[in-house]
Amino acid sequence: MTNALAEQAVQVEPPVLRIAPPHGWLDIDFKELWAARELLYFFVWRDIKVRYKQTAIGAAWAVIQPFMTMVVFSLFFGKLAKMPSHGLPYPIFYYSALLPWMYFAGALQNATAVVVEQQQVITKVYFPRLVLPLSAVVSGLLDFGISFVVFLGMMAYYRIMPGLAILLFPCFLLLAVATALGVGLWLSALNAIYRDVRYVIPFLVQFWLFASPVAYPSSLVPERWRWLYGLNPMAGVIEGFRWALTGHGQPPNILLAVSTAMVLLLVGGGLAYFHKMEGTIADVV
Amino acid sequence: MSDIVIHVENLGKRYRIGERERYLALRDILARAASAPARLFRARKPSSPNGDPTHIWALQDVSFEVRQGEVVGIIGRNGAGKTTLLKILARVTYPTKGFAEVRGRLGSLLEVGTGFHPELTGRENVFLSGAILGMSKAEILRKFDEIVAFAEVEKFIDTPVKHYSVGMRMRLAFAVAAHLEPEILLVDEVLSVGDLEFQKKCLGKMGKVAEGGRTILFVSHQMNQIRRLCKRALWIDAGGIRADGPAKLLVNQYEAASLAQGEVSAAQARGSITFGRWQVEASGTNVLDLDQGPDGVVIRIQARVIEPIRKGKYFIHLKDANNNIVWSHLHYDLKLDPGPVTFVQEFASLPLVPGVYTWEVRVNNGHIWSEFMLAPEFSIVSRTDSNVYGHLKGFLNLPFKLRLQAGSADEDLQRMTGLIPPRGRNA
Repeated sequence: MTNALAEQAVQVEPPVLRIAPPHGWLDIDFKELWAARELLYFFVWRDIKVRYKQTAIGAAWAVIQPFMTMVVFSLFFGKLAKMPSHGLPYPIFYYSALLPWMYFAGALQNATAVVVEQQQVITKVYFPRLVLPLSAVVSGLLDFGISFVVFLGMMAYYRIMPGLAILLFPCFLLLAVATALGVGLWLSALNAIYRDVRYVIPFLVQFWLFASPVAYPSSLVPERWRWLYGLNPMAGVIEGFRWALTGHGQPPNILLAVSTAMVLLLVGGGLAYFHKMEGTIADVV
Repeated sequence: MSDIVIHVENLGKRYRIGERERYLALRDILARAASAPARLFRARKPSSPNGDPTHIWALQDVSFEVRQGEVVGIIGRNGAGKTTLLKILARVTYPTKGFAEVRGRLGSLLEVGTGFHPELTGRENVFLSGAILGMSKAEILRKFDEIVAFAEVEKFIDTPVKHYSVGMRMRLAFAVAAHLEPEILLVDEVLSVGDLEFQKKCLGKMGKVAEGGRTILFVSHQMNQIRRLCKRALWIDAGGIRADGPAKLLVNQYEAASLAQGEVSAAQARGSITFGRWQVEASGTNVLDLDQGPDGVVIRIQARVIEPIRKGKYFIHLKDANNNIVWSHLHYDLKLDPGPVTFVQEFASLPLVPGVYTWEVRVNNGHIWSEFMLAPEFSIVSRTDSNVYGHLKGFLNLPFKLRLQAGSADEDLQRMTGLIPPRGRNA
């Protein structure tokens, strides 16, 4: 009885959907996006399920990549170049920076490719397209989690206790996700139109690595240029990670403020740009 | 409350020529900008709709209304704009002008298997594809058993779909979509694939959906399907609505028109010949029933010669649903005078796997090749088809028997294949 009534109520007021030429930059339908959260979940789940299919060692890749990079960095930048490291053992110093960096680089690559990879779906079914770059950024968190467990083991090995700053760690993680999303939104929309983007990505990631305080501490950058350095949002993220996870070094105040502002700009601009391109993506992808 | 569920007004969609086919590289933009600086900006303005050679209107000034519970068939030639219309209604692409209003939950089935991932199992793909098509997880869970039963893939549901046959994959994909249960369903040509038995099942399901008071917009080249399913039809031609009326009437008119002019595109019309209807002689239709009658198959293809053909070539392909050429033949020294002509092709047998095929004909006269895809498609069916689960692969349906002989026919052979241990030597 109540069921029938409820059904009738639905019948009486069906939503009217208006399909018209697109207009405006920021009329993103967040309600619709929220309604598509299950789809986001399924995309993430698919990504994770498929990622290590037909690989011999599977999810071990999530550990090997940052770990081997850490070993190489510790040897060359640490032991040979004697890079200052806030008094941290080199493996910890590098691994704590490689954690967010590897996540960022991976998420960036996935987010860039995702729209083009899913063109089959995009040209056949409607769903909020934002779900795609979002899923690429979120699914990278699994690999991050796996490599993070290894980090905990390393901390125990070197007997380093994180300070109270660890409480801020979730904020830095969120900042890392937001950075990846902000840049990913731009690149995925651009890649759908200009396939040049995919050739740019490897360079971009490489240059960005050296422009970020992964191999060296940001304290090498002169104090008065620190704010400029913060325009690279990953600078704030990486120094934040190091500080929050190990308790060594100083809180990256100015750096962090500039980086956060930059991330907000990137995400806002990325959302607007992606939304603008959304309407034409199916026609050009 | 009005019972109009789809209202379309002056809908238009413009594509840049070549936009659908290839993506842009920055180089192209630069080249275009260098050759004509103004064009880069002009291209963005939707002002000069006609006379602009770089754009075409795939759809223009289309207006119509659909009431709740109507099943509307959309007919028209390839490239007329049928799919574009559905894509706009499905919100896959935006219109360039005009608008459409849709009342109620809309589901679209523009392709079978949207979102399927080959590495995932059937079960996982049901969830993934269901979610992409707009179902909630709870909804999929509730309908899961029904979907799997409908697709007849129970045994393989935990096998990755990359090991499925095309038929199985399609059945599963359609089953997911068929259980979407939207108030308005858009269907594009998806029923033209698959074996006849399953096609019937799908048609039945769609009929049931329609009886349930739901609205269906249905694109198909198979006029029999339109006749069976739809009361009303929209005939789309060159981006506009050519006719809107009772399905049976429009289908007849459409078929007559296609017959008169052949399915020829503008480029082909310049040639010296046009092709019209073709049929399987035994059935008088486009269906070859393997269970019926003798082995010989006669295919009659009607054509009209416009200019005399001397020393021409006649090249015919039979293609399967995946565009593989299954058979082809080249005939030299074609000599034809203007007027109607029938190409009668006699096959001693056509041992092909049941499915949907197409005839493709090319005729050469002098230096000009004219190319035709014959309409309608060629359906090969068989009720006694052993390929119920669609797990058989290949093209040929060769007369074949399997015998099992007890005992060892050849001991050496068995030894080689390791069935019994090797004799002597290092044992």
